[in-house]
Amino acid sequence: MADPMKIRAQMKGDTADIRVLMSHAMETGQRKDNAGNTVPAHYIQSITVDVGGKRVLQGQTGPAISRNPVFGFKVKGAKAGDKVVINWVDNKGDKRTDEATIG
Amino acid sequence: MKQRLGMLIAATALATAFAAHAQPAPKKAAPKAPAKSAITAEFEKFREVLEEDNPAELFEARGEEIWKTRKGPDGASMAQCDLGLGPGVVKGAYVRMPRWFADVGQVMDAERRVVHCMVKYLGYKEEDIRKQPFSNEQRTPDHVSVVTYVAAQSRGMKIAAPQKHPKEIETYQIGKEIFAYRAGPYDFSCATCHGADGMRIRTQDLPNLRKPDQAVRAYQGWPGYRMTGGFMLTQQWRMNDCFRQQRFPEPNYLSDSVTALLAYMTVTANGQVYKGPGIKR
Repeated sequence: MADPMKIRAQMKGDTADIRVLMSHAMETGQRKDNAGNTVPAHYIQSITVDVGGKRVLQGQTGPAISRNPVFGFKVKGAKAGDKVVINWVDNKGDKRTDEATIG
Repeated sequence: MKQRLGMLIAATALATAFAAHAQPAPKKAAPKAPAKSAITAEFEKFREVLEEDNPAELFEARGEEIWKTRKGPDGASMAQCDLGLGPGVVKGAYVRMPRWFADVGQVMDAERRVVHCMVKYLGYKEEDIRKQPFSNEQRTPDHVSVVTYVAAQSRGMKIAAPQKHPKEIETYQIGKEIFAYRAGPYDFSCATCHGADGMRIRTQDLPNLRKPDQAVRAYQGWPGYRMTGGFMLTQQWRMNDCFRQQRFPEPNYLSDSVTALLAYMTVTANGQVYKGPGIKR
């Protein structure tokens, strides 16, 4: 079971500033461990973000993204009190969904 | 880029010198190194950007979960752990350690105390913790996350390591001596690198740990999230690694000498504001 994300969502003028910190190993599949065995690839493959029940972002991600990644984006038309639902799925089928409210 | 340009100039100068035989090569001005303050400023900008979204928070959350929900085999929890401000009080405790703990009759730094509590109340085995005291790419041990949580609960507070109990004063004095003690194959002491202003290793400026405003720079970087590898490292690790870099024998985990050094550094930084947990390259 993956660790929860840390989501920060704040209105700045008429746009919502959303940042999310995800806890994930993001293994590229290129690295070898101390014993010389390849560490199998393990990375977040897709991300979705819903704000106020509407899908605002859908992304495909790959192994080039760092461990414990941070994503930041701005959403127009959102308002304080809207619910932000962020979901990720990794290449092993592990997934995690977390929510926050825009402040 | 600048370096490559310098090389090119040097190569051209060499070629010219060969072509003209005895003609003296034009004296090449050494490529001007950017002012140190500029490098430092760049690093600081970089850190500022990253501090807003420091993944240390993930470890903080994990530590908080262990602190608040984990139960030991006999039902005890960290709510009984006294970090110096009373059982279960975490807020502000980190910046008030190392301190004297009457229950164990020892001066302990934060990490030592946290490990002590996790062994005593949560049933962790000290020998297991000693097997892997520091984080690596595979694993960040639980006590490191708890230390991160405890440290984060002192964010924005003034450092105030006590110097009341005679043992606290003694620990500080021992730390001061170890700091200046030269030994090992390189005849190094901590003070060799950290005892004067303006020292550096490669481009990394080193704080002069004898001054409060610089000691705090070393203090507040830890526990720190290391981006290379993506894990948390603590003060204990930092001290251990300084010994290693000096080619000293590495101290045992949670050794008295490390507590003494931490006491010296923390007391020197007293009165400064703690802004950690930090983020490192």
